[in-house]
Amino acid sequence: MQPFTTLRAVAVPLAVANIDTDQILPARFLKKPRSAGYGNFLFHDERRRGDAYPLDAAAYAGAGILVADRNFGCGSSREGAVYALVDGGIRCVIAPSFGDIFASNAAKNGLLTVTLPEDVVASLRARLAASPGAEVTVDLPAQAVTDPDGAALPFEIDPFKKRCLVEGLDDVALTLEHAAAIAAYEARVAAEEPWRVPAVHA
Amino acid sequence: MTPQPRTLLDKVWDAHVMATRPDGQALLAIDRHLLHEGSFHAFGMLDHAGRRIRRPELTFAVADHYVPSRDRQGPIPDPEIANMVSTLAANAGRHGIRHFGLDDRAQGIVHVLAPEQGLTLPGLTVVCGDSHTSTHGAFGALGFGIGATEVAHVLATQALWQRRPKTLRVGIDGQLGPHVTAKDVILAIIAEIGAGGAVGHVLEYAGSAIRSLSMEGRLTICNMSIEAGARAGMIAPDDTTFAFLEGRPHAPKGALFAQAVAAWRRLPSDEGARFDREVTLDAATIAPTVTWGTSPETALPVTAAVPDPGAEPDAAKAGQMRAMLDYMGLTPGTPLESVAIDRVFIGSCTNSRIEDLRAAAGVLRGQRARVPGLVVPGSGPVRRQAEAEGLDQVFRAAGLEWGEPGCSMCVGINGDLVPAGERCASTTNRNFPGRQGPNARTHLMSPAMAAAAAVTGRLTDIRRLGSR
Repeated sequence: MQPFTTLRAVAVPLAVANIDTDQILPARFLKKPRSAGYGNFLFHDERRRGDAYPLDAAAYAGAGILVADRNFGCGSSREGAVYALVDGGIRCVIAPSFGDIFASNAAKNGLLTVTLPEDVVASLRARLAASPGAEVTVDLPAQAVTDPDGAALPFEIDPFKKRCLVEGLDDVALTLEHAAAIAAYEARVAAEEPWRVPAVHA
Repeated sequence: MTPQPRTLLDKVWDAHVMATRPDGQALLAIDRHLLHEGSFHAFGMLDHAGRRIRRPELTFAVADHYVPSRDRQGPIPDPEIANMVSTLAANAGRHGIRHFGLDDRAQGIVHVLAPEQGLTLPGLTVVCGDSHTSTHGAFGALGFGIGATEVAHVLATQALWQRRPKTLRVGIDGQLGPHVTAKDVILAIIAEIGAGGAVGHVLEYAGSAIRSLSMEGRLTICNMSIEAGARAGMIAPDDTTFAFLEGRPHAPKGALFAQAVAAWRRLPSDEGARFDREVTLDAATIAPTVTWGTSPETALPVTAAVPDPGAEPDAAKAGQMRAMLDYMGLTPGTPLESVAIDRVFIGSCTNSRIEDLRAAAGVLRGQRARVPGLVVPGSGPVRRQAEAEGLDQVFRAAGLEWGEPGCSMCVGINGDLVPAGERCASTTNRNFPGRQGPNARTHLMSPAMAAAAAVTGRLTDIRRLGSR
């Protein structure tokens, strides 16, 4: 996984709450291999409906950050939504809240989700809408977003998630360090709670 | 010292922690890992890292998302879809995983099949690369959806690192009115707490209205926990739960079943257990409910009118309402009951169980549907039971199509799509833009309400129509 430390990039405001993963990656693309280029599918149908989608404005070309509204990434657990964002050049999403599964998938693919209070995110979106193409800096080790005016917005993040992102860690390897604890637990369950193992068909 | 009273979640959680880290993350043991065709990314990661599956006997593969709803005798015509179904079979085969494929009599939607086969049991942890894994909480299990990287992690370790979620108790006491079902209850709950209202929480549904629900109803409720933002929803196991499970193919048998029931009886939340949040609803106030917008939180009693963004003081919210009304092709102030529909879909992991089909058939018996529609049972056993009861004949006589089990038109990736611009009365779980097909318009409702809409050709208060 690509490590995440600091990022300075054009930030796109998306003032819509509850953007679901079906919008981020429509389901019909889920059967595509990653090599098909998931960036081409990012917000595929939204970008082709009615008014021009913010991401397609010339000022936001090469954007690396989305500044969204509450409950971004709700709905389906499809990790492809994260692939679409990452392959589409987005490395960080800032929002008041995220779908839990989306946030977890993001962290495992080097996509940073920054949670900030609703009013802070709303004023950042307003600031970006007023000067399209403005850049934002995200410093993960320092846990701060710097807005286009240079104001620092500190954020909280789970320490383990932060470490995995900064170091680009594969957590299967970390888990396998606990192999003895897993084996001991499994042996105890087999002895004391045998009903937890599925009965095999006769 | 008296032990601290614990919630149902606390008990299941504590029993599965194998290790903890100083930062508070716990390594949770996983009892059941369910896979569907979307698992190909995870198998790719596993192969790439050269890892093996740690506990194939706890892993079950089910073909549901891409399987055809009709013409199963011949090959699947679309090569990409055929490849999804055959790749799951191949991955399961080479790793020694029990596979419920197209030729298996038990095949069905993973969240219908696992309870039916006795794979889901109280007190277990159940994961699947599908957000509706919350369904399994109906048994007092901790079931939650995971992404592909987590699927690969569980395949390799039978464990997941998780932080203990917060708890939100949803108490619903009283008696549900006539024709008010579990679907109406969960839509009312989501409208109350919002589509993101339970982010970071596990819901526990409690109260007399929940206790009196069948397992089918409880599964419908827990299924849509994710639509309120909760990764999981749970209901304490009781005699209804145990009666459902006894004799299921993979459930414990004989003395082992008795031992399990004794353990399961200790799972319900203790008197005085503390929840981080609580909300309560009065069952008697819940009406037959439908959604009008493109988020499940836009649920209203069917007797209401399409809301007016002009009456919304928050400008951002009003703007979003306008965007939803525009997508849905609705005008503020229109009575919901006058909204004409083009199609019905009865099915999905939310509402495709035998009780759902009986409710829909009860409305459609002796009637003709005014619009085309598709009824897709949740599994082979549900399909055969429905046919034994003659429900398929009721649907066919009404002019609806009777399909083979799978996810079908809920997600549309097997080719069952709602055409662009059409309005569908649907028993599914998501009305997101494009969910049932590009520019398709979805109204979520119960099976009886969808059947009523089929009969009249518009959104209809089932209480007016009744069932026969």
